Amino acid sequence: MNNTSPSSPEGAVKNTIIDIMKKLPSTLTNMALVLTLISVVAASALAYVNEITKEPIRANEERTLSEGINSVLGGGNANVLHVDTIEDTTPAIIYSTDQGKAVQAIDANGFGGPITVLVGFADDGSIKGYTVLKHAETPGLGAKVGQWFQAGAKGNIIGMKPGEKPLSVTKDDGQVDAITASTITSRAFLRAVNAAYDAFAQSPTSDNVNDAAQQQEPASAPADSTNC
Amino acid sequence: MNYLKILLNGIIKENPTFVLLLGMCPTLGTTSSAINGMSMGLATMAVLIFSNLIISLIKSLVPDMVRIPCYIVVIASLVTLLQMIMQAYTPEVYASLGLFIPLIVVNCIILGRAEAFAAKRGPVESIFDGIGIGLGFTIALTLLGAIRELLGTGRIFGLELYSENYGMLLFVLAPGAFIALGYLIAVVKKVAKI
Repeated sequence: MNNTSPSSPEGAVKNTIIDIMKKLPSTLTNMALVLTLISVVAASALAYVNEITKEPIRANEERTLSEGINSVLGGGNANVLHVDTIEDTTPAIIYSTDQGKAVQAIDANGFGGPITVLVGFADDGSIKGYTVLKHAETPGLGAKVGQWFQAGAKGNIIGMKPGEKPLSVTKDDGQVDAITASTITSRAFLRAVNAAYDAFAQSPTSDNVNDAAQQQEPASAPADSTNC
Repeated sequence: MNYLKILLNGIIKENPTFVLLLGMCPTLGTTSSAINGMSMGLATMAVLIFSNLIISLIKSLVPDMVRIPCYIVVIASLVTLLQMIMQAYTPEVYASLGLFIPLIVVNCIILGRAEAFAAKRGPVESIFDGIGIGLGFTIALTLLGAIRELLGTGRIFGLELYSENYGMLLFVLAPGAFIALGYLIAVVKKVAKI
């Protein structure tokens, strides 16, 4: 067997392989064909994986939300009865459950971008619990927002009633201790909580908080002035 | 070139962070803690291994003049696949890194290795190069993340070594990333004599 001889069948096969291994010349047709081919294969792969991961992703998001609702309403197993969306200046979503209402609200002016919160309210309009669903605050500073305002922590807001006086930081003559060195984050967070309360007060089925909503209207003016 | 040599080449001699100084954006942006740095490194490694493999397989099919667009399509698709898979099956990791995953597309390490290595070598060698460079990147990011986390918050991998009140916040923020990286490169160069 002599592999190096070009006349032997093995040699011919080898030469053909080398020919194939050479790069395709950069003619217009070749380029268009190859780029199209690669794009089509890539697109099919993406479409296929998108199809299989769609269900788990949706399930994850649902689970995160329901865990959030449970935790802000006191840790029980809350059943969502109905969901309302309020399109004010910023959209808010109200989840009415058998254990109270959880409101998802957003403030666009955090230090690193929008802050989305989920706040649970008792029927009298006091805060039962909160969780931060999404934020992009500075790690080590504003990112503490998820723990700072919880019960027992320095900036505890649990039990407060934004309906009596909208929440604001002590620097703005408010009642809440801001996160150290993160006043902008704290203000944005409290604005989101107040927005959640506004949505809660406006929500159609809560009769007993309507009074609180009216009281709250004049009080909201000073809160806006601190936002500037 | 044997495979072990390719592997070590990526970790030491051509370490993307300490020697080639490639991919600085994710290096500085994601290393605020050790776990974040490590996750980013591993995600990049996964993309790098597959992009190297695919590009070394299709290299003869791709005409020279459109090779960059072809590579970018391959890399971008792989990153999107990774993003969808992470979002579906490891939501916790995705929650902390989600923002940075799309940035892997523009990480020059990936396109750099495609051009410099995978487009000239066989598939097996390219896989080993992907593992080597990926490990080098992961080690560098984990190290940098651990240093920043320790100096900034007193913790390593979330384990508290001293009180957070004594931490130097600077190291968690972007300027601290530059300072820590500079010193780290100096030390690595001295020790490894690269």
